[in-house]
Amino acid sequence: MSNIVATHETILVIGGGISGMTTALEAAECGKDVILIEKNPALGGRVSQLYKYFPKLCRPSCGQEINLRRIKANKRLRVLTMAEIENLTGEAGNYTATVKIHPRYVKENCTACGACARAVTAQIDDPHNYGMSKIGAAYLPNNMAYPQRYVIDPSIVGTEQGEKAKAACPVDAIDLDMQEQSMKIKCGAVVFATGWRPYDASRIEPYGYERYEDVITSVELERMMDPFGPSAGKLVRPSTGEEAKDIAFIQCAGSRDRNHLSHCSRICCMASLKQSTYLGEKYGDDEDAKATIYYIDIRTIDRFEDFERQVRQDKKVKFIKSKVASIVKHPDSGKPVLIGVDTHGYHRYENAHDLVVLAVGMQPSLDIASITHTTHGIALDSSGFIELDSANGGSANGDSENAAVNGVFGAGCASNPLDVNRSVQSATAAALRAIQVVNRVAASSSAARSQ
Amino acid sequence: MNQTTSVSDPSPVEKYRNNFLKEVEANVEEGDWVKMCMQCGVCSGSCPLGSAWAHPPQELFMMIRAGQREEVLRSESMWMCTSCYSCVVRCPRELPIMHIMHGLANYANRLGLAPKMNPTKRFAKLFWDNIAATGRVNESRLSIKLYFMNGLVSGIKTAFAMRKVGLGMLKTHRLNLIGFFRAGGIKEKNQLQQMLNKAYEIEDKRKGLS
Ligand SMILES: Cc1cc2nc3c(=O)[nH]c(=O)nc-3n(C[C@H](O)[C@H](O)[C@H](O)COP(=O)(O)OP(=O)(O)OC[C@H]3O[C@@H](n4cnc5c(N)ncnc54)[C@H](O)[C@@H]3O)c2cc1C
Ligand code: SF4
Ligand code: SF4
Ligand code: SF4
Ligand code: SF4
Repeated sequence: MSNIVATHETILVIGGGISGMTTALEAAECGKDVILIEKNPALGGRVSQLYKYFPKLCRPSCGQEINLRRIKANKRLRVLTMAEIENLTGEAGNYTATVKIHPRYVKENCTACGACARAVTAQIDDPHNYGMSKIGAAYLPNNMAYPQRYVIDPSIVGTEQGEKAKAACPVDAIDLDMQEQSMKIKCGAVVFATGWRPYDASRIEPYGYERYEDVITSVELERMMDPFGPSAGKLVRPSTGEEAKDIAFIQCAGSRDRNHLSHCSRICCMASLKQSTYLGEKYGDDEDAKATIYYIDIRTIDRFEDFERQVRQDKKVKFIKSKVASIVKHPDSGKPVLIGVDTHGYHRYENAHDLVVLAVGMQPSLDIASITHTTHGIALDSSGFIELDSANGGSANGDSENAAVNGVFGAGCASNPLDVNRSVQSATAAALRAIQVVNRVAASSSAARSQ
Repeated sequence: MNQTTSVSDPSPVEKYRNNFLKEVEANVEEGDWVKMCMQCGVCSGSCPLGSAWAHPPQELFMMIRAGQREEVLRSESMWMCTSCYSCVVRCPRELPIMHIMHGLANYANRLGLAPKMNPTKRFAKLFWDNIAATGRVNESRLSIKLYFMNGLVSGIKTAFAMRKVGLGMLKTHRLNLIGFFRAGGIKEKNQLQQMLNKAYEIEDKRKGLS
């Protein structure tokens, strides 16, 4: 696996979420050689952990299916999973990426029969469910996982459990001696599609995410709604397991706050509006089902205003203009009580709810500055998102036209907090930009040959 | 009320800005932060004084922007601040809210608009007169004055109620009774007065007060 043939005309796409898959596919379908690396064992990124997409409220799996079919059909696109970018050097037309391949302990001949999983009793926190539930230590990352190959968790390698898994495999696909590898990939252009991660809610001390079980994050709520998720599709109070019908949403949890992320994460207002519709889906006309959205201001960008207008007509959903100051636990019911003052009249409130959802902010998942050592650096904004800068990873060669050709681009949430639609737009734009760079490399090398 | 310096400023943004906000920016300590408030409410919700406020900080900031000069400067609200810092550490915009509260109180006092009988104000004045006289706080004089602030009878009552605390403090040398009779203080007290007078003069000139 470590002798990947790549040339200066190859495009390297880092991150296999919706954005990375899009960039890789667009470029490969234009006839370019593309390598897509993903650090997780399966493609899909964060959207594979969402229950439904706003604004159409459809399941993310259908778009995912189409993309996977395109990937399987394309000969120019090579996918490496469990592959993490470690270092990037060089300049436009001539980059070298150092990539670490984590051992999966399962070879390519795995048929996903599941025999190893049945043989293993050890469990780990399920990363797909943000650790809200457990999964066996020999597992398929999720039902739609691509590649459809099991993973053996390193914690059982070298144990009896690991040997059991190996013995159970009918096709001898398990190799417990697999080692971590490092490989170098040469390429002409690089697209970072490394996406986002949720802001660490435990750092917002007054909300007590660590102290109160019934305070969860927006990404965890998406998992709760999934029929195959940690609560089998039920909205529950984690502290008691009872149904949660009265749900509060706290906007800007960690965003627009100079003590946390100073930027607006742009999608979390829409995410909470979307999630407030989950109540109707679960409880129909049940009058006890209530969503209360505590906000500074609702930011639904351009066409999404229609979505907001619709939600505002829903009697189940109430809006309170106030950033919640703190959360305490009710001494009797144990429910979380939200304390604050509302901006429409400056009334103090102390409201108990069944479940509190923190609409956490998005931050770049990768500290890009720490791994890029290109001739020209990469311009990042104050929050660490990649700027579209004409000098990004540019080439140092002397001729003025090419003096600072941009060869490194951001796509999707690596460049900005974006929804899926805008991520895909930005990913397509990144593909076009990368294609132009490798075309130029191709042109200059054929010119050199003909001289 | 239009006493700020930017009369000659030609930019329309400046010209149409609310005058009281400008006044606060120019004359109140940390007043130029007021415009940064995004009305999120975290300060008001975090303040331990809670419902005791007539106007929590968030509301005061909005009133300033709305030009409610009299209501703000005559308010008891900013005198209530206990300097606990809860608001300051939580404000998403990092406003020095506590300092603005004290700045507003001080400014209202300088203009003679502060509520006459406000206890915090009266204590602050006792404290100031005490320290400004000798350059050192004379605690026994200050506490006696504080006890008798509301008249003789209530003073005796307070002193009686507090006698255990007072005796305890005497025993641990936290209170010096002799100090009540001997003024003490720094050397060259008159130089302190000169410095204070100069400071008043500079401040008055800068803020256009008389
Ligand atoms: C609560 C919530 C709800 C949302 N709901 C919606 C919705 O309903 N509709 C909508 O349009 N949008 C929604 N979004 C936004 C949506 O999640 C993003 O637009 C989308 O995930 C962006 O995809 P991406 O590919 O840019 O990033 P990601 O999905 O984060 O993918 C990045 C990929 O890069 C990989 N990676 C990271 N670092 C490395 C590395 N060093 N080496 C190799 N690979 C790496 C990651 O493993 C990951 O697979 C929601 C967001 C939140 C927070
Ligand atoms: S590793 Fe072997 S046992 Fe496990 S799913 Fe794959 S083929 Fe089946
Ligand atoms: S999108 Fe809404 S919730 Fe998210 S940071 Fe912006 S204003 Fe706050
Ligand atoms: S916390 Fe800060 S931004 Fe929010 S209302 Fe108070 S002063 Fe304004
Ligand atoms: S510092 Fe003053 S205004 Fe701020 S929370 Fe404490 S008492 Fe309230």
